[in-house]
Amino acid sequence: MAQTANPTFLRPVSEPEAETGKAVTFSAPLTLDCGRTLAPFTIAYMTYGTLNAARSNAILICHALTGDQFVASRHPLTGKPGWWDIMVGPGKPIDTNRFFVICTNVIGGCMGSTGPASTDPKTGKPYGLDFPVVTIRDMVRAQAMLIDALGIEKLLCVTGGSMGGMQVLQWAASYPDRVATAVPIATAARHSAQNIAFHEVGRQAIMADPEWNGGNYGNAQPGKGLAVARMAAHITYLSEAALQRKFGRELQDRDQISFGFGADFQVESYLHHQGMTFVDRFDANSYLYITRAMDYFDLASDYNGVLADAFRATKAKFCLISFTSDWLFPTPENKRIAHALNATAANVSFVEIESDKGHDAFLLDEPEMLQTVRGFLNAAANTNGIA
Amino acid sequence: MSLRPDLAAIADMIAPNSRVLDVGCGDGTLLEHLKRTRNVDGRGIELSQQNVNQCVARGLSVLQGDADADLADYPSQAFDVVILSQTIQATRAPAKVLENLLRIGQRTIVSFPNFGHWRVRLSLLFNGRMPRTRALDYAWYDTPNIHLCTIRDFTQMANQSGAKIEKALALGANGTKPIHADAFGPNLMAEGAIFLMNRRGDAAWGPAISRAGSS
Repeated sequence: MAQTANPTFLRPVSEPEAETGKAVTFSAPLTLDCGRTLAPFTIAYMTYGTLNAARSNAILICHALTGDQFVASRHPLTGKPGWWDIMVGPGKPIDTNRFFVICTNVIGGCMGSTGPASTDPKTGKPYGLDFPVVTIRDMVRAQAMLIDALGIEKLLCVTGGSMGGMQVLQWAASYPDRVATAVPIATAARHSAQNIAFHEVGRQAIMADPEWNGGNYGNAQPGKGLAVARMAAHITYLSEAALQRKFGRELQDRDQISFGFGADFQVESYLHHQGMTFVDRFDANSYLYITRAMDYFDLASDYNGVLADAFRATKAKFCLISFTSDWLFPTPENKRIAHALNATAANVSFVEIESDKGHDAFLLDEPEMLQTVRGFLNAAANTNGIA
Repeated sequence: MSLRPDLAAIADMIAPNSRVLDVGCGDGTLLEHLKRTRNVDGRGIELSQQNVNQCVARGLSVLQGDADADLADYPSQAFDVVILSQTIQATRAPAKVLENLLRIGQRTIVSFPNFGHWRVRLSLLFNGRMPRTRALDYAWYDTPNIHLCTIRDFTQMANQSGAKIEKALALGANGTKPIHADAFGPNLMAEGAIFLMNRRGDAAWGPAISRAGSS
């Protein structure tokens, strides 16, 4: 049985005006790929718009590595606008006047869903590294339980970028009858060696911080390690061209180089800022667990290495989007998905969008992306008889 | 909305409820027409991102890509009909492209401008410069049409690529009419041509694509 309450966050809410959404706690166990179960477990989520009488206008948005459920409204901890404000809202491509939008915090996360910082019912203390290693499929399984609890049989669309896109692919594979359309953006059906390598750098930075203490750090976050992890990762989200355009070799608050190791360059100062603000809103152990989930993602491996077989049963209509300067989830990885879908004669569209903004382009004002999603969803809504 | 005559002639060759791949589908006009009038299950490949966007907004399933690079990834005999309309002359390797089309589709339709048309011939003869005609209005140095051919040229390549020509149509200002692909007259008089082909002989293909619950 499920119980709904207000979500609990790791940090105090700094924006009393911001909506905090809901949290549903399931007493039924969540069976995980690692063989363990999680019970009870909680999923924190936000909804926007109204579910229609036929329950046919629901769109599930899946967030990326460090995202959360606050996709289209002010973040209660940071006060920042929703992470996909450009895409989701009244009159936006994912139009909340027309669609009922659901966004959940993933299992393993730190914004109200059960994760390594949650209390282990066995010990009464935070799980820490006793938290089971979760996978993308586990995240999707948990989401499906929430969708069931909301009384929604079939989703009009599942969409998301990066790790969100991985969840979209997993949804289509795991629940072929419950997804009418799928829009995976800037993603891959498997994490590449290079991507795993970058994640490992981040994890090692966290675990090398003495404050990490084997994962038992209580309220004293290993902030330095987590900040370095974020800094390294942030570089991979941008393109060389975008870094050059934004910062070049410009110096920070000084006229000449200091012959020292302070933040001489603007790009250094920018990364420091990214690292510091990240620590304020994210949990170090969550970062370990979620990066691991991405590393383990290889959709084809569940189907004897044949990616096409993952999509054999899906009836979903797909729209794949990649960006020219994204070297983290490059076009060939997205095309590989398109080819696998083609091989099963699935309905698939694919667009590569010209942008120099790197992987982060999917979060930014890219008019071609916004138009593509708007057009695709319009057509999907019309086909499915949604007003 | 009336369809361009060459597209209308192509549409007439397609049976209702077919699975169709339109390579170089532009803004999706033909695919949409086929979907509406013949209930086809249509897919497209298109180079231009703007065009792909228009197609997606029309509810069509279109992949951004090009004939030279992407056809190789399609499974064999996955479509009832594959269409390549006014595009083969702009591909890098037309013979390879045609071979792939014949492999992917049970039947293949190719239309192209005829470089053997008398206007083209006269233009070169009298002006001594690379011909520019209504159908081929580009300067030689910025034309996308890098592999122009005559109807007889195409016929020869099709034969070499293992195609069996089922039907050939001459394309002119007054519509289309059936021709003999290798004849002298149409090669001189037709502005363009449409070929309906299938793969000759008994080539062994992989298993045809089948999906539960789909046509």
